[in-house]
Amino acid sequence: MASTGFELLQVSLPQLAAGALQTLSISALGIFFATVGGVLYGVLANLGKRPVNIALQVYLELFRAIPVLVWLYLVFFGLPIFFGLSIPSFWCAVLVLGLWGASEVGEVVRGALRSLPRGQREAGLSIGLSGWQLYGYVLLPQALKRMTPPTINLYTRIIKTSSLAVLIGVVEVIKAGQQIIERTYESVLIYGALLLFFFFVCYPLSAASRVLERRWAHT
Amino acid sequence: MSALIEFQGFNKFFGEQQVLEQIDLQVQAGEVVVILGPSGCGKSTLLRCLNGLEQAHSGSLRLDGKELLAPGTDWRQVRQRVGMVFQSYHLFGHMSVLDNLLLGPLKVQKRERGEAQAQAEALLARVGLLDKRDVFPRQLSGGQQQRIAIVRSLCMNPEVMLFDEVTAALDPEMVKEVLQVIQGLAREGMTLLIVTHEMAFARAVADRIVFMEAGRILEQNPPERFFTQPQSARAQQFLEKFSFVESLPKTLHKELS
Repeated sequence: MASTGFELLQVSLPQLAAGALQTLSISALGIFFATVGGVLYGVLANLGKRPVNIALQVYLELFRAIPVLVWLYLVFFGLPIFFGLSIPSFWCAVLVLGLWGASEVGEVVRGALRSLPRGQREAGLSIGLSGWQLYGYVLLPQALKRMTPPTINLYTRIIKTSSLAVLIGVVEVIKAGQQIIERTYESVLIYGALLLFFFFVCYPLSAASRVLERRWAHT
Repeated sequence: MSALIEFQGFNKFFGEQQVLEQIDLQVQAGEVVVILGPSGCGKSTLLRCLNGLEQAHSGSLRLDGKELLAPGTDWRQVRQRVGMVFQSYHLFGHMSVLDNLLLGPLKVQKRERGEAQAQAEALLARVGLLDKRDVFPRQLSGGQQQRIAIVRSLCMNPEVMLFDEVTAALDPEMVKEVLQVIQGLAREGMTLLIVTHEMAFARAVADRIVFMEAGRILEQNPPERFFTQPQSARAQQFLEKFSFVESLPKTLHKELS
């Protein structure tokens, strides 16, 4: 049994690998857009402009109140119907994960920036820094330390949530596994492999977060 | 000679509350002006308006004859000419002392690193902290951090320096080292606007004392005159409180002996 299981894994490996590549690509792109968008959100939220804050609040609540799954359906099925805009399912998943992640990262960045002493901003301005320089050299580097642990936690959630993409037809790693199971009935083995896959992708991230947190505790 | 800094009929509100009312103040180049007054009288706000950290509401504020309250004022330019030092130092905690000092010269003024660093090191040596060049702010005492903060402003080669209660957060034994640095700048003929509660220092360093209360300037006089014959009743009361504090140890001493 063990040897046949091993053989089976070997045979199915290319199929699983293709799925894994989809999962990793969607996750990586989602994380990228979540980070870029989140930093933008956090900085905008700190400008203290009322219309901007209202817009961000609406955006945040929409992504907090509506499940990611519903967003996937809305974008995948809704955009072609209402706007005649058809996006491939892979990019739908990236878009939804990116937008959802950006709202979450954005709140983290906003909080981290707000927690900095107000004097940092004034000291930066008083030596003539521009807004960009103020955020780039003074505020964001100091906020980074505070925002890293919750942001990395979110990255692992994005990776795990990316499996929802299967529902709009992306053959990511779980779907690939299920296809193999349908053929072979080796559910325990395949789900075991999937378990290990997600663990070995997500665990290093949490470990890195802990290492960074410890290293920065002294600075 | 026209004044370097000129407030005229200057008003500032926080919401409904007027915190500066009809301020008229002229500061000549090279003058050392110390602003005194009870807490909340608007003296810090006055300095912050001059640096663009607070927005003025009406009146006129000129630097070198140029109106700053006109739209289109480039505050980044103004801030390079008018340095500011704060009560709580506000050094950038994630940067070494040298990086703190060089951020403005390199990124704002786009100066050459070698030249800027040479100046920063010379100024550090002058305040006796050259050996702290590579440490981080958290490793320094309050007095050391404040001296570094002064050097950070000086590295921009400002024409005017604003000191906003810069010794108020310091332990008593560290006050002197900071005041000495400011006194040195005064002797060199730099234009200084100082808000402080150190009366003896004010008397020693000022060319002129400006006394404020409730957002207004009540009197402006040379220090000897202000401290010996204050004109307004409020200034007299204010000075009495401080002389009471100064006489306190002696009184206690008498009672104890």
